[in-house]
Amino acid sequence: MSIPPDDTDITTAGTSSAATRLLGTLAVVGVAWLVAFGLLFSPADRDQRESVRIMYVHVPSAWLAYLAFIVTAGASALYLFRAAHSLVWDRLAGASAEVGVVFMGITLLTGMLWGRLSWGVFWTWDARLTTTAFLFVTYVGYLAVRRLGGTHQQRARRSAAVALLGVLEIPLVHFSVRLWRNLHQESTVARPDGDVKMDGLMLFSLVVGLVAFTLLYVWLVIHRQRALVLEDAAEDHGLEQALSDRRAEAALPGGR
Amino acid sequence: MEDAGFIIGSYVVTFGVIGAYAVAMLTRARRLARRVADEDKPWT
Repeated sequence: MSIPPDDTDITTAGTSSAATRLLGTLAVVGVAWLVAFGLLFSPADRDQRESVRIMYVHVPSAWLAYLAFIVTAGASALYLFRAAHSLVWDRLAGASAEVGVVFMGITLLTGMLWGRLSWGVFWTWDARLTTTAFLFVTYVGYLAVRRLGGTHQQRARRSAAVALLGVLEIPLVHFSVRLWRNLHQESTVARPDGDVKMDGLMLFSLVVGLVAFTLLYVWLVIHRQRALVLEDAAEDHGLEQALSDRRAEAALPGGR
Repeated sequence: MEDAGFIIGSYVVTFGVIGAYAVAMLTRARRLARRVADEDKPWT
């Protein structure tokens, strides 16, 4: 990374490019479809009645949070085990984890609203809810570890180790409904017997939600990864500037 | 729609959180972009 001298080109375009603008447009269209199908076109469920509409945002956000944490672990492994130890993988891991925490937070909030309608309470210490909350806190901790300081390589090494441990919680969360058989229902779509127990239009609405959330995830991760490039460059710039100021100070008569 | 407050509220929470996160991230990135040379922004 280099210090930008006064005559260097600096644009304020941020993290956008033609590809991200196209992706962002597709994501907005996907969200509009999701709102239309989720709130208007899909029918009410026989058992859950109107509250099934919350599922079209709750389930995709949970799946995308899982995906985000798996991408974080994959990128962390590529950082640790490839000889180059490229920070590209570290930044992808950090960006994906942060977006994953956002989706996991949404999963918890929308789950609480659905729980109030279906169970009569916002929260209960059910196995799925408890393990999901634990997964959320684990990745908040991962993001805190990334901010501990040190060089970029030190940050990448220690956060990669946390990511490879944190991802082991995902099977525990996913299978918690079968291991403990508490209040939370079992999967309706990703069933071991492959039998999807959903009305066609409901399933379509869920797929629309999954596509819209995937587009949002990719768009957010690209922007966040680029923002991390900028953060690292600005930090390097600040450090080099401080060293340069210190050297200039020491070179003055009477300087130490 | 029965329980409209909870149902619409869940969509507002979902897209409100994502929107707020995206705006905060893009605003910070734009501010940082002013301090970093274009050669360090391969996407530009």
